[in-house]
Amino acid sequence: MRERKGIIVFVAWRELRFARGRFLLIGAVVALITLLVGFLSGLTGGLAAQNISSVLQLPGDRLVLQQPENGDPSYATSSLDEKKVTAWEQADGVESVTPIGIVQSRASASRIDDPTGVALYGLPQHAPGTQSNPLFDLAPVHDDQVGVSSGAADGLGVETGDTISITGTDFTVSVVGDDLWYSHTPVIALTPEAWSEASKRVGGTGEATVLAVTGNAEWETIGAATGTVAETPLASLTALEAFRSEIGSLGLMIAMLFGISALVVGAFFTVWTMQRASDMAVLKALGATTGSLVRDSLGQASIVLVAGIGVGLAGVIGLGTLAGQALPFIISPITTLAPAVVMAVLGLAGAAFALRSVTKADPLTALGSNR
Amino acid sequence: MIQLQNVTLTFPDGENRITAVDNVTLRGTNGTVTGITGPSGSGKSSILAVAATLLRPDSGGVLIGNSSDMTDAAQLSKHEATQLRRERIGIVFQQSNLLPALTAREQLQVMARLGGGTSRNKRAKIDARADELLDAVGLTEHAGKRTHQLSGGERQRVAIARGLVHEPEVLLVDEPTSALDQERGAKIMELISRLTRERDTATLLVTHDLAHRDTLDDLVTVLDGRITTPIAGRAPTR
Repeated sequence: MRERKGIIVFVAWRELRFARGRFLLIGAVVALITLLVGFLSGLTGGLAAQNISSVLQLPGDRLVLQQPENGDPSYATSSLDEKKVTAWEQADGVESVTPIGIVQSRASASRIDDPTGVALYGLPQHAPGTQSNPLFDLAPVHDDQVGVSSGAADGLGVETGDTISITGTDFTVSVVGDDLWYSHTPVIALTPEAWSEASKRVGGTGEATVLAVTGNAEWETIGAATGTVAETPLASLTALEAFRSEIGSLGLMIAMLFGISALVVGAFFTVWTMQRASDMAVLKALGATTGSLVRDSLGQASIVLVAGIGVGLAGVIGLGTLAGQALPFIISPITTLAPAVVMAVLGLAGAAFALRSVTKADPLTALGSNR
Repeated sequence: MIQLQNVTLTFPDGENRITAVDNVTLRGTNGTVTGITGPSGSGKSSILAVAATLLRPDSGGVLIGNSSDMTDAAQLSKHEATQLRRERIGIVFQQSNLLPALTAREQLQVMARLGGGTSRNKRAKIDARADELLDAVGLTEHAGKRTHQLSGGERQRVAIARGLVHEPEVLLVDEPTSALDQERGAKIMELISRLTRERDTATLLVTHDLAHRDTLDDLVTVLDGRITTPIAGRAPTR
């Protein structure tokens, strides 16, 4: 294996050292694009988490929402009366149904003057499949209690035992839990009864807005019969308007950035490889195999890509850590390594596209060519 | 030894074909420099390209080696021809064609890495021979210099050393003095002649500059793709 990469470590490394300014420029562009893509991915991830982190904790094989007569289902407008809940409970193949209420409101605490926007969840205790569920860990026992996510606790400046006011009613904080969000507002959990009252006070129906259903049922048939729609938890996220619009535009930006990255990095390597075409012809005339020259070119591109992406990734983690204190920013493998891998693949694809000038380099041109 | 036997090479020219090399038979023996001269477009470079296995002739043979290890390069596949160039043929181009990123020593060392699968022993052997050859061409002090730091004559000397570093049986040289003045050109021709003798290489050298003809052991003239006049170079007194 060591013998096979002889020409790579020989010519490619020396060219990298010889034309270091050019390679630094290419590497810097790769690093900046990686930084841009990584930063946007981290921000998208952070915004997404602020939208959906609590929804992703909802249990069940399907989440049932009201299917409006016109338009798409929506978490914000869904309302499921007792008749619908009962229909789902009695449907064939359904094992359990957990009615859950979600509504956005405001909460205040004596320590903070201004009220804070919050998402109120009506959560029953001991619902099926909710062991070690950070959302259901917030579910209070008594109607005068609330479970507060850490984001809400920070916003309101409260801790366990403090009192907060929601829609004019005081509640005691029974627990401060994980950092869970719904549509950019931190989560506060109430009992289903307390939530129903709160919902009515903010103009809602007081009825559950979503059912967490387990089982193996004819989801579409039951949905059609009950005026509801049953979606997988992931698919149900499209019923969150804020998430849908944000992820759509940010996802488009990331996709376009990847496209631009592929063009820029590919163009760099195309031009560079074309400039090497005469050297390739000489090496071929001297007896170099096309395979060894291809490995040389791809190896060279890989070195530049890995170095550029590494620097860019370090920048994402460094700046992301700082930005995370002020912005919804997530540093995770999916927001750092995934963009880095995509960048590497696109860069190598660009370099591979340019390989034609290597494979097609005619050794005959080395004879009598003016270099 | 290299021997071109009844080699014919044609190129497409519209709906017809033009004959660049017309039934040429030519022999270069070990330890001698055989010059090939002729006017521009006469076919001398095409003969060299065929000898270098860069062009496959329409007919005829290109025999390389001695009787116990003779190869007809005209019958080889592209891959085999590449291997033959790598192992048994040295080429010195009209322009030095050195790689700008490499030092003089590295220009020679790269010859051991062209196949990608060369053994470590062979690489070490060529690396050691690189220094010996740089010394032979008088460039030991310039071994660490890159192409742009060398003069035209020095570049051509590096190219000659590169052509010989893998100990080829055949050395093919294309217009080695065309970019040099008379004095430097004479030195280069002397160098080629000396190394050819010392290393017992069969050298074919294309030139249209006959000012240095006394360094050639044999000289043939090519006109319209044919060898017209075999001319004795200098007396074979060596």
